[in-house]
Amino acid sequence: MKVSTLARGLFSAIKTNTASLTRSHFTYYPTKLTDGSGGAQKMNMFQAINNAMDLALEEDNSALLFGEDVGFGGVFRCSINLRDKYGKDRVFNTPLCEQGIAGFAIGVANTGATAIAEIQFADYIFPSFDQIVNEAAKYRYRSGGLFDCGSLTFRVPCGAVGHGALYHSQSPEAYFAHTPGLRVVVPRGPIKAKGLLLACVRDPNPCLVFEPKTLYRAAVEEVPTASYAAELGKADILREGKDVTLIGWGTQVHVLLEVAEIAKKQMDIDCEVIDLVSILPWDTQTVCNSASKTGRVLVAHEAPFTQGFGSELAAYIQEKCFLRLEAPVKRVTGWDTPFPHVFEPFYLPDKHRCLAALKDIINY
Amino acid sequence: MSFLRKSVKLLSAVGAVKNNAKMIDQLGAVSAHKGYSSSSSGRSAENRATFPGARDAPFVNDLKLTMPEDYAPIPIYRVMDRDGYILNDNEDPQLSKEVVEKMFHDMLLLSTMDKILYESQRQGRISFYMTNFGEEASHIGSAAALEMRDIIYGQYREAGVLVWRGFRIDQFIDQCYGNVDDLGRGKQMPVHYGSKELNFVTISSPLSTQIPQAVGAAYALKRRPDNDACVVCYFGEGAASEGDTHAAFNFAATLECPVILFCRNNGFAISTPSNEQYRGDGIAGRGPMGYGIATIRVDGTDVFAVYNAMKKAREYVLRENKPIVFEALAYRVGHHSTSDDSTAYRSADEIEVWNTLEHPISKLKSYMVHKGWFNEQQETEFVSSVRKQVLKQIAVSEKKLKPNYREMFEGVYDTIPEHLQEQQRELEQHIEAHKEFYPLKNFKQ
Repeated sequence: MKVSTLARGLFSAIKTNTASLTRSHFTYYPTKLTDGSGGAQKMNMFQAINNAMDLALEEDNSALLFGEDVGFGGVFRCSINLRDKYGKDRVFNTPLCEQGIAGFAIGVANTGATAIAEIQFADYIFPSFDQIVNEAAKYRYRSGGLFDCGSLTFRVPCGAVGHGALYHSQSPEAYFAHTPGLRVVVPRGPIKAKGLLLACVRDPNPCLVFEPKTLYRAAVEEVPTASYAAELGKADILREGKDVTLIGWGTQVHVLLEVAEIAKKQMDIDCEVIDLVSILPWDTQTVCNSASKTGRVLVAHEAPFTQGFGSELAAYIQEKCFLRLEAPVKRVTGWDTPFPHVFEPFYLPDKHRCLAALKDIINY
Repeated sequence: MSFLRKSVKLLSAVGAVKNNAKMIDQLGAVSAHKGYSSSSSGRSAENRATFPGARDAPFVNDLKLTMPEDYAPIPIYRVMDRDGYILNDNEDPQLSKEVVEKMFHDMLLLSTMDKILYESQRQGRISFYMTNFGEEASHIGSAAALEMRDIIYGQYREAGVLVWRGFRIDQFIDQCYGNVDDLGRGKQMPVHYGSKELNFVTISSPLSTQIPQAVGAAYALKRRPDNDACVVCYFGEGAASEGDTHAAFNFAATLECPVILFCRNNGFAISTPSNEQYRGDGIAGRGPMGYGIATIRVDGTDVFAVYNAMKKAREYVLRENKPIVFEALAYRVGHHSTSDDSTAYRSADEIEVWNTLEHPISKLKSYMVHKGWFNEQQETEFVSSVRKQVLKQIAVSEKKLKPNYREMFEGVYDTIPEHLQEQQRELEQHIEAHKEFYPLKNFKQ
């Protein structure tokens, strides 16, 4: 095809079909603050993360924040104004090298100082895989507790964003879930993002926070302005139900909340929706209690099917809740392909695919 | 479409360039490049570059490849010759007899312990070992120039640094046995030492991973008020090919970290000779032009050269809060490890030269002879007492129990999470039911 034809095609698409680019596969369900104690402020997720880092830097003079382009505020604006406030020796750019960022962060943490390291996109975390898996995760264990890098937290934007294609869309949590020694968490919105980030910063183990980047601006809620920490390793039951358990994390939680609403309205099915929050270590108790109650489980995640974290959940539930299950655990996930550009609407485990799967397990 | 428009804009911009020439002239504060004359330059305005990526570089009008040969190799600093004579009195560190004796004894201890532990691996008593033969001076000389508060990150062939700092024979051997007194709790292979007390970060097998870590630690130290501690990171020339080394050099330079990047260039990475490892001027050659890092290259068989250079390096990194690339040239006299037979890829004659004429211990010995500090009988007694200690310790260490098997679950996290407690219980129940199949008697109950 001639380049000019291609360019014209692209141009007209932009002019006439903007909806296709802004299409979002989920509706955001804000978390409502239950107790009104203390002040709260409307924030989107990047602002909540910014607020968390502001507090972390204020509370702990040893805390450092670094990565590619974090100095001017970050490509997602998460670190905006922090360099001005805390100085460029505490909030700074590194050279463009993920293995360096990870290794550097481990060294900072070895001395007991707090390191908050940013990997610009989860898709680019793989060059630092060795440092994270072989080094960070094993530091305390291999040294018999003489040394550790527990004061280290990685912030990693992840997940589908509408047009991110192969290298701006990935959800690599399952790779890290196979690594003893790490904590892996995924927030579903601003309140959780702030709480998880502060909890990870204080936790004495190396932590990975995968932040669904599509929520940075889309997710808005009233966020407490004070410092607080979410409980690590704990799942949240967002909606109680008796018929089916729906489990997801990150953006997918919002897809599942909508699915639950539709299922109730159209089929009178009562769904229990669980935000897993922590991928490693994960909350087996909450999941098994719910699975035992409902007898039917659907797990949904954006990452590919084979060896996705849904496999771990399905196998565990099958082993622990075998006699209570009324249907096989169903996994609705991304396909076993790289994450595609123009086919994204067909790739994602959207509400329609989840609803169809839900019908299957109800009718099983 | 857009390309054409840009071209038009560019064309019309040409006129403006002339007006800007004066400004550019002022912007480019040009320092003449050492390797190039600007003889072929025409009008001066064209000789001022303002590219942000290389601000100090001048223009030239003749195309010339910059060749590796345009640069002389970085020279090798040494203090004494192979016969133990000081070559330049100004460079004599004038160390006291006590210090020199400690250097000599620590080198001998390391070498003696290595010989016995190597043999004990051959006899199947420990699972693995790596000797330090030929590199004793670079360990001891560098360690002697540091303060205990300086943090060490190593690769695996730096046991001499631990010897200098006071790691005991029993601690070395307990680690190799992974017994109940091993500080590392029996979790890693032999020679993966670590000591919090001696500021020696636990060794891990993945090569080079420690180098960016050392840089991060140095950055954190720099931020401490009145910091007077630096970080020293040891690695081999083979490890210097890893991406992490590139990361570390570049981070150390751009983030201005007080770290000494100490390369032990011993000519081989297992079987791979250094000419298959790189084509530049060793590792030192990468420092100044490549990463903008001050660089020292020394004779790693000359304990005084290493000592002097490390003193200077330490002073520099702490004064300037900048890194140093430090390359100590030596020769790996021993096999790579007990899993390697190095005569499969190099000649015994070559090894012999480095084991005699160019050996770091014999050089220091000659120096001591000239000083009248060497005592044949003392040396023999020292070596035989070390031999006795090591042999006795092997007998003691191999009889010690291994840690309780439940410790396998400890240290994964700061506390044992629920899922691991569950797995621990599962193993306990299994072992209770199948005791006879497990070596329980060797483990602490």
